[in-house]
Amino acid sequence: MTTTTGYTADEMMTVAAAHALTSEMACFVGIGLPSTAANLACRTHAPGLWMIYESGTLGTRPGTLPLSIGDGVLAETADTVVSVPEVFNYWLQPGRIDVGFLGAAQIDRYANINTTVIGDYSDPKVRLPGAGGAPEIAASCREVVVVVRQSTRAFVDRVDFVTSMGHGRGAGDRESLGLPGAGPTRVITDLGVLKPDPQTRELTLAQLHPGVTAEDARAATGWDLAVSPDLATTPEPTAEELAVLRSLSGRE
Amino acid sequence: MIVPLDEGVRELVGDGDTVALEGFTHLIPVAAGHEIIRQQRRDLTLVRMTPDIVYDQLIGAGCAARLVFSWGGNPGVGSLHRFRDAIQHGWPRPLEIEEHSHAGMANRYVAGASGLPFAVLRGYAGTDLVGQTETIKTVECPFTGERLAAVPALNPDVAIVHAQRADRSGNVQLWGITGIQKEAVLAAKRSLVTVEEVVDELEPVPGQVVLPSRVLSAVAVAPGGSRPSYAHGYYARDNSAYQDWDAVSRERETFARWLEDEVGAPAQLPGKAG
Repeated sequence: MTTTTGYTADEMMTVAAAHALTSEMACFVGIGLPSTAANLACRTHAPGLWMIYESGTLGTRPGTLPLSIGDGVLAETADTVVSVPEVFNYWLQPGRIDVGFLGAAQIDRYANINTTVIGDYSDPKVRLPGAGGAPEIAASCREVVVVVRQSTRAFVDRVDFVTSMGHGRGAGDRESLGLPGAGPTRVITDLGVLKPDPQTRELTLAQLHPGVTAEDARAATGWDLAVSPDLATTPEPTAEELAVLRSLSGRE
Repeated sequence: MIVPLDEGVRELVGDGDTVALEGFTHLIPVAAGHEIIRQQRRDLTLVRMTPDIVYDQLIGAGCAARLVFSWGGNPGVGSLHRFRDAIQHGWPRPLEIEEHSHAGMANRYVAGASGLPFAVLRGYAGTDLVGQTETIKTVECPFTGERLAAVPALNPDVAIVHAQRADRSGNVQLWGITGIQKEAVLAAKRSLVTVEEVVDELEPVPGQVVLPSRVLSAVAVAPGGSRPSYAHGYYARDNSAYQDWDAVSRERETFARWLEDEVGAPAQLPGKAG
């Protein structure tokens, strides 16, 4: 759906997510929305972005968006290709990656992520793919950016299963578990941007995309969403960003 | 050493075995998986980091009693419907699962390949995965006191991988995205490698991964044996086949028909569970 402003809510989200990345970063990229946003960043304001996919492709620059995490195009354009134990043990675990870029099926007020089951684990309503690389990405990247469409189905008061640890039940939880990374610092949605409150670590609405109201965001959230007193508006995507994004998606 | 695929599977894979068919999007041993289905192996514990559509097929055909894994999906498309049906409805039989993260699975294979009983990693803390399996525990570092996750070694009865080529004595060249294949083969008691071709002499390829014949039980020639995944240097991934699988696998009836038509294996009667 294209709005009167000439871009869709998904496009706004993807551009906003791309803006979380800079040229200096090493980024552990998940497939789907995160991959689209990272590839957009690479082709616009962050040409030096060092993209890593968990298939072991380090510093990859695919000419087209990969359909899956281990597409041949990722290997062919990578600085190097390493084994799966190496990507997790040598690159992720010691803290060499600045930002982990993750999606979610469910996320809660403390940015804990569920990609395992909806419902009870032993008798699930919906069985999802599971953890993959996400638990350790969430543990060991210096920070985590989550990209997910905002709805009451996805934004739940408490996730059914903690696949990847966000901020647990609040301030101090990550530290007490010895998790080296800062955890989710931003959740970027099709409506705006949520950030953990510096004191409580509860996700707070920090930014709205143009044309979206705080009420829209609250209505799409399964808990009583706090709104920052300094609520900002996201800059609109530029024509160049939209053109690059559409050329990427068009080839999917 | 070099055997026909059906013979290799018959001799190396037995009912009730723990079997790992590895391949990280690239070089997935699909032809070998179909041969296991045709030979109607039962009660297998299937192991794999990323069970995708060939595991969906093995599960739907009733070969598996257990699955040890870290991410089960149709890469780039969505869910695995036969896997879901087995977990949510026990069709065609209930499927027990042992669930890990990629880092956990990778380290379990590394421990297996290293001849060690377990591996340590800085992971799993704060996740609900810990409470769902006996194979994630915590150990204290004897030097620093740090609490770390411990996971037991994986030592499958048989590992099956696909590779680009082998020579006549069974030395194997494998390059591109190498995933966890080398570790799976070295961790397993027996191993079968299917290859695109056998050549008289292997040309050295920079960055190659060679599995020397002495660590392998058998090599079988299976040209196109990883389709619809890909073999770097031989053929590309058939992305549309992954998308098409979604419709084929969604209903038990269409899946059963596919199994008979494409694999030549009798299917369980749809609707008959357990």
